[in-house]
Amino acid sequence: MLDDTDRRILRQLQADPTLSGAELAERAGINAATCWRRLERLRERGVLRGSRAVIDWRALGYTVEVSLRVTLDKTVPRAFEDLADAARQIPEVLEIQTFLGQVDVRLGLIARDLVHYQQLYRERILTLPHIADLEALMHVARIKTDETVPL
Amino acid sequence: MTDVPDLDDTDRALLRLLAEDAGLSASVLGQRVGLSQPAAWRRVQRLERAGVLAGRRLDLDLAKLGFGVTVFLGVKLGTKGRVSLADFERAVSAIPEVQTVEHVLGLYDYRLRVAARDIADFERVLRRRIMTLPGVANVDANVLLSEERLSGPI
Repeated sequence: MLDDTDRRILRQLQADPTLSGAELAERAGINAATCWRRLERLRERGVLRGSRAVIDWRALGYTVEVSLRVTLDKTVPRAFEDLADAARQIPEVLEIQTFLGQVDVRLGLIARDLVHYQQLYRERILTLPHIADLEALMHVARIKTDETVPL
Repeated sequence: MTDVPDLDDTDRALLRLLAEDAGLSASVLGQRVGLSQPAAWRRVQRLERAGVLAGRRLDLDLAKLGFGVTVFLGVKLGTKGRVSLADFERAVSAIPEVQTVEHVLGLYDYRLRVAARDIADFERVLRRRIMTLPGVANVDANVLLSEERLSGPI
């Protein structure tokens, strides 16, 4: 299990994943050698998998972001797998999530503008297999994006 | 959007590598894409300045940290005009279990990603923290079963 020192390290690293080893140790209030050892152990145990760069798609000209909430035709045995396989072939799909609830699958989709979105929607999305119902949510703004958890 | 930077194949390769592992050094990046260390560093700097690389996100195994449940909530606010969106946004962003808040158009007004220890913990967050927010009229919950993040059009 994690102890308070592990949590302190992860809390600081969550707040700023760019911290150097020395800065992290200082903020967590421990010496650099301990900090390094703890990080190694968290990596070995698979708790800390690394860090990923966040790409700002708007800066690359993708101004439209849409959540497509899909209800599947569950009478088809491989409906989930077929839909996910087909969705993976669409470069503009950033996320494929499956759910327990009203919605079966959500696709996170980006497009350069509304014309591009309409084209993707007609040519790539509506042609996906086993869709029983489809509903779109247009993203207006991101209010909180840090994806941190209370440790 | 104006000033969209022109990316060549090397830039795209760098973005794909960094999206997988933001901790890669300039020398490793250079080796992978066939550039010298200073040349790779300059390219990464340029992508940062252009705002294409917008920081880093820690990749944690939430289940191993005891967060076994992720729920997406669709929140509909009550009578418009009587609810301040800014007040709602401030209050919802301050809830530690709420990982992301997105303002959306459609069936719901806001889309929240919530991390909880288990279903009982989620129920606590929902009842005590979300349902008590100013203006909340209706909440729809979907429990995340699986999630796949793709590299996108680069």
